[in-house]
Amino acid sequence: MTALVIADHDNKNLSDVTAKVVSAASQLGGDVHILVAGKDCASVAEASAKLEGVVKVLLADDAIYSARLAENVAELVVGLMGGYSSVLSSATTMSKNFMPRVAALLDVAQISEIVKVEAPDTFVRPIYAGNAMQTVQSSDAIKVITVRTTTFQAVGQGGAAAIEKIAAAKNPGLSEYVGDRLSSSARPQLTSAKIIISGGRGMQSGDNFKMIEAVADKLKAAVGASRAAVDAGYAPNDMQVGQTGKVVAPELYIAVGISGAIQHLAGMKDSKVIVAINKDEEAPIFQVSDYGLVADLFKAVPELEAELGKLGL
Amino acid sequence: MKVLVPVKRVIDYNVKARVKADGSGVDLANVKMSMNPFDEISVEQAVRMKEAGTATEIVIVSIGPAAAQETIRTALAMGGDRGILVKTDQTVEPIGVAKILKAITEQENADIVILGKQAIDDDSNQTGQMLAALLGRSQATFASEVKIEGGKAEVTREVDGGLQTIRVNLPTVITVDLRLNEPRYASLPNIMKARKKPIDEKTPADYGVDITPRLKVLKTTEPPTRKAGVKVESVQDLVAKLRNEAGVI
Ligand SMILES: Cc1cc2nc3c(=O)[nH]c(=O)nc-3n(C[C@H](O)[C@H](O)[C@H](O)COP(=O)(O)OP(=O)(O)OC[C@H]3O[C@@H](n4cnc5c(N)ncnc54)[C@H](O)[C@@H]3O)c2cc1C
Repeated sequence: MTALVIADHDNKNLSDVTAKVVSAASQLGGDVHILVAGKDCASVAEASAKLEGVVKVLLADDAIYSARLAENVAELVVGLMGGYSSVLSSATTMSKNFMPRVAALLDVAQISEIVKVEAPDTFVRPIYAGNAMQTVQSSDAIKVITVRTTTFQAVGQGGAAAIEKIAAAKNPGLSEYVGDRLSSSARPQLTSAKIIISGGRGMQSGDNFKMIEAVADKLKAAVGASRAAVDAGYAPNDMQVGQTGKVVAPELYIAVGISGAIQHLAGMKDSKVIVAINKDEEAPIFQVSDYGLVADLFKAVPELEAELGKLGL
Repeated sequence: MKVLVPVKRVIDYNVKARVKADGSGVDLANVKMSMNPFDEISVEQAVRMKEAGTATEIVIVSIGPAAAQETIRTALAMGGDRGILVKTDQTVEPIGVAKILKAITEQENADIVILGKQAIDDDSNQTGQMLAALLGRSQATFASEVKIEGGKAEVTREVDGGLQTIRVNLPTVITVDLRLNEPRYASLPNIMKARKKPIDEKTPADYGVDITPRLKVLKTTEPPTRKAGVKVESVQDLVAKLRNEAGVI
C-alpha cells in the first residue's frame, strides 16, 4: 500500500508543491516514499526527507535526469513500481510530461489533477474547465495520479526519512535537452503567492504591465496574465492563468482589464477574494468578484499603487 | 514524411458546460460542438509542414460518434488528405484512445503524430504522452515551436518556468500548445473539396483494442459557485474594504 511521490525540483531546491502532493499521498492510507530524480540534487533529497509522513527518499542522481526528460524519468519510475500501489506527482508541466507515459507503460489510466481523495481508489477531479466535478473510482492495480496542489495543505517539516541512493535506469536515448529560456523574477511564484495581480488584453502593451508590477511590488504579489495578454506578447507564457495555463488559488486575486472568459475563470475562481477592475460593467469577471471596480485601469491602477503607498506598503 | 493528426469533437469552447440535474454527467444535448481548439493548432501545424515540403501526407483520425465525421471534414477542409473515423458511442479514456492511435500509427507508418496537449472536455492532458510510450517513441509536449531537421525535431516547449528547448529523435509524437500557430479558417472551395476526400470507417474492435473504462464515474456535480459581491465606488473604497473587511492586505 505504499505510495511513491515524485519530487518537483530544479536540482537545487525542492518545490513547495511536493509537500502538498505528500499530503494527498498520505490520504491513501499507506506509507509514503519520495523519488528524487535529478543531477547533483542531494539538497533536494535532504529537503524531501524532512517532509512529515515520508518514510523513505529514493535518490537517483545521474546526468540523464538533469532536465527530467519524460522518456528517461518514465523508464526509472516504471522500473520502481513493483514495490508501490500508487504514484503521485504535482500537476505541473514537469509531471504532466512524464506521468501519462508512466501510466501507459503500466497499462493503467491516469487520474489527472485530483482535488480530493474520497477513498484510496476514489478521487474528485474537475472537468470542462472546472464547470463540473467528477468523482471517479479506479479499478487499476496501480493508481497513477497528478495532484492539483491548490486544494491540498502542505505537510509539515518534522520528518527525518532515510535517504537511499538508487541506480539510474537505462537511458532510452530518445531525446536531449538543448536549453531553457526561463523567466527570472524576484517576485513570488504564481503557484505559491498569497496575492496575485493579473493583467489582460485591456493593458494594451507589455510596457503598461509596469503599472501592474508596481502594485505587485507593494503587495509582495505575483504577476499573472490572461491568454490574450500572453498571445499579444504583453507577458511571457509562464504568466498565463487559466484552464490551459496555471491554476492558482491565492488569498487575493486582482484581475485588471480581464473580461472573465470561462478559460480564465477556470484558473482563478478558487481564490479566496477576487477583485476586478474593468471599464465594462457587464464584464463576466464581475460575476465572480467579491469587489468590482468599474473604472479605466489606466487611472485606477496608478491610484491603487498610491493608495497602498499611503498605508505604508 | 507522413503525419497523423488525431482530432476530437468536444463542446465548443464558448459554451459553458452544465451538469445534469441527476448528477449523471454533463448535459451535451443541443449544445454546440466543435473541434477541440488545440487540435485545430495540430492540423494547422501539419498543413504548414506539408506546404513547406516536410510532410507528404496528412491523415486525420477521430475516435467518437458518427458526428465526429464533421470534425474530420473540418480538418480535411483545412488541408488534411484523408480521414479515419473510429466509430464508437462509448466514452473512450485516454489510455484507450492511445492504444487505438498506436495501431493506426503503425498501420499507416506515420513518422510524426501531432496532437493537442489537452482536450477541453475532460482536461486530461494524457493522450500524446501515452501514445509515445506505447510506441516506444520520443515525445515533445506543449510545443510552441517545431523545427524538423536532420532526422530530429527541435521543439520549444511551454513549461511552468518559461520555455524549454529539446531535440527528439524521429519518429516522434508532438503535442501542441496555444502559441504554436494561429489556425486558418477553411475557405469555401476547400470545404467543397473536402467533401470528396475519403474517410474510412472503423471500430475500436478492428484494431483489437478493449476500450472498457478503467475509471468508473460515480457522480458528476456542480462546482462550488461564487456569488457576485459588491461594486465599489472608488480605489480608496476598494483598498479600505480589502484591509478592513476582507483583511487580505
Ligand atoms: C483552447 C483555449 C484555451 C484557453 N486557455 C486560456 C487560459 O488558460 N487562460 C486565459 O486567460 N484564457 C484562455 N483562453 C482564452 C479565453 O477564451 C479568452 O479569450 C481570454 O481569457 C481573454 O483574455 P482577456 O480577458 O484579457 O481579453 P478580453 O476578453 O479581450 O477582455 C479585455 C477586457 O479588458 C477590459 N478593458 C479594456 N480596456 C480597459 C481599460 N482601459 N480599463 C479597464 N478595462 C479595460 C475590457 O472591458 C474587457 O473586459 C483559452 C481559449 C481557448 C480557445
